[in-house]
Amino acid sequence: MTRKSLMAALIAAAFTATGAQAQTEIHWWHSMGGALGDKLNELANKFNASQTAYKVVPSYKGSYPESMTNAIAAYRAGNAPHILQVFEVGTATMMAGKGAVVPVYKLMKDADEPFDPKAYIGPVSGYYSDSKGNMLSFPFNSSTVVFYINKDAYKKAGLDPEKAPKTWKEFIAAAEKLKAAGQSCVYTSGWPSWMHIENFSAWHNVPIGTKENGMGGLDTEFKVNSPLHVRHIAMLGDMAKKGLFTYAGRTNQAEAKFSSGECAMLTSSTGAQANIRRMAKFQWSVNFIPYHDDVKGAPQNSIIGGASLWVMGGKTNNAYKGVAKFFAFLSKPEIQMEWHTGTGYVPITNAAYELTRKSGFYDKNPGADIAVKQLTNKPATANSKGLRFGNFVQGREVIEEEMENVFSGKKDAQKAMDDAVRRGNDILRKFQAANK
Amino acid sequence: MEKRVIFRSAWLPYVLLLPQLTITAMFFFWPAAQAVYFSFQLQDAFGMSSQFVGLQNYADLFKDSHYLSSFKVTAFFSVLVATSGILISLLLATMADSVVRGALAYKTFLIWPYAVAPAIAGVLWAFIFAPSIGIVTYFLKKIGIDWNWIIDPEQAMALVVIASVWKQISYNFLFFLAGLQSIPKSLIEAAAIDGAGPFRRFWTIVFPLLSPTTFFLLVINIIYSFFDTFGVIDATTQGGPGDATKILVYKVYYDGVKAADLGGSSAQSVILMIVVITLTVIQFRYVERKVQY
Repeated sequence: MTRKSLMAALIAAAFTATGAQAQTEIHWWHSMGGALGDKLNELANKFNASQTAYKVVPSYKGSYPESMTNAIAAYRAGNAPHILQVFEVGTATMMAGKGAVVPVYKLMKDADEPFDPKAYIGPVSGYYSDSKGNMLSFPFNSSTVVFYINKDAYKKAGLDPEKAPKTWKEFIAAAEKLKAAGQSCVYTSGWPSWMHIENFSAWHNVPIGTKENGMGGLDTEFKVNSPLHVRHIAMLGDMAKKGLFTYAGRTNQAEAKFSSGECAMLTSSTGAQANIRRMAKFQWSVNFIPYHDDVKGAPQNSIIGGASLWVMGGKTNNAYKGVAKFFAFLSKPEIQMEWHTGTGYVPITNAAYELTRKSGFYDKNPGADIAVKQLTNKPATANSKGLRFGNFVQGREVIEEEMENVFSGKKDAQKAMDDAVRRGNDILRKFQAANK
Repeated sequence: MEKRVIFRSAWLPYVLLLPQLTITAMFFFWPAAQAVYFSFQLQDAFGMSSQFVGLQNYADLFKDSHYLSSFKVTAFFSVLVATSGILISLLLATMADSVVRGALAYKTFLIWPYAVAPAIAGVLWAFIFAPSIGIVTYFLKKIGIDWNWIIDPEQAMALVVIASVWKQISYNFLFFLAGLQSIPKSLIEAAAIDGAGPFRRFWTIVFPLLSPTTFFLLVINIIYSFFDTFGVIDATTQGGPGDATKILVYKVYYDGVKAADLGGSSAQSVILMIVVITLTVIQFRYVERKVQY
């Protein structure tokens, strides 16, 4: 009797074991910490509950550069995850890794899952497509830079809080009034290169580099020492000297200076909104980033930041089917809307934007749709659909170092931008040689 | 009269040395050899293609004026960290040595920071000196100093030096204290009876007797400031503003780990290795002669 029940238990155990094995695990490495990570886990759980064949297992692997480094090391050691979240500056590195990654358009076609690049808003699909228009990675969390103002500080300085400056000329006039009214920090900016070089170029429809900002080939060269770029960086350097601009660092340190009320104006990611909403003890608004009104065609449209999902090579066909199913799930407008409204990232498909608008979310949260309006302000051009520079992790660092040299008064803007171009091009040539 | 243990067995000494040798080979020699190998290669991030490029990676580095200026930054940084670290801990050790009551408590507190990881030390000091919310910043503002190391190169350097020195003081302190305690009290007492004041006693008796310790610490501190400080820098200035605090080892870390440029990063680490070996040899050849054992 006991032997029999033991046998039964063993058989049952064997069955459950095979049952668990039949479910294919899909590993997803990401960089969404804190509240964003919770939201991401929710999406994975929802997908896992919706079917039984696959199980998506998300794991947090540190900041964007860290998780990318981890995944590259794991790929070299032969145990990369199925899905990897890569930030926008890593795009060129991933694209050049032929064989290391599976292009998303091919993955979806092989698995017979619906996938339409046209469903995405222009600056999103353009950023992640090759020159033939095939999407290589799956857009996930996209953001852009927007312009925040502290309305209370505006009122105090005798400015109209409902009229945020539209041009840099108006911006400086407002900044001077704020300063005169005793504002200790007038303006600060997060992500200096992303805002003042990359988005600045797209917004004014000037190239960041040749070959459609690097999208047309690896033999691209930086163009950020054009007269317009130099003039803009010189203007910022001048503002820094006059105390109208406070430099706060290379990532999002500036955001805390705004939400604490220390700085009255901020340009930074749309992603800052969640925190500002929680922290700010003043009225504020979200606006389009300023432009130079004497530049023809400005304002054009801004470009995205954030990250997309890359599928790593060397996995089984069955696993790829599961990845394709998961991506199809993530493409649903209601899932996209949930992610957009829950995180502050931009709605990346037209359907998700429409759905969110109809739900009345934007009426309740004024400013939440500024980002998507700015991204789609005009149809994207070769200068404004995005950028793709080899090893832009280093390239952006070089640009930021040189910008800092201007803000600290060590170099003039022309010299700094010339140096940035020269040093940046060295990095591009090296990348080109390594990825022939 | 050297003490010497004689092994009768031919193989026992080697067996006893084996574990240490294995660890040294695995964690020091093998990676170092790999770095030398990679420094002659040009590879894409995923290692899909690899080409032998000879000395190209080295040539690229020496063509780059920013890499050369990072030598200057490193030299300045190391001299500051090593000298101020040694001086402060020597002062603290002599003071702690002469404390009569509660000596153990003082010593414990002084040794404490050694248990803190470099990155945490960096974050700690970054908070204390944070441009808008730091407590020291607040007091500096009161006395009219505008403290913003995010954009001021000198202040950024000061911050990373303070954090690195603070981290290393405990270690230096421990060795100095042990050195001080091994100095025979009778020597100092004899000098005192002869009428030598405290300062004179220190310079003519204590300091020369401490010189082997000081020399050892000089070597260790230079190596520390060359290699171990990238955690502090990564947690605070990340090499900025501009490249004001970009020391050699931080660039090695950034290019290799964050930017996946293995060839360039390996070439830099080989150069760094050569620099430190040279420095250590020089120290042993010239400084050691002045040391009295």
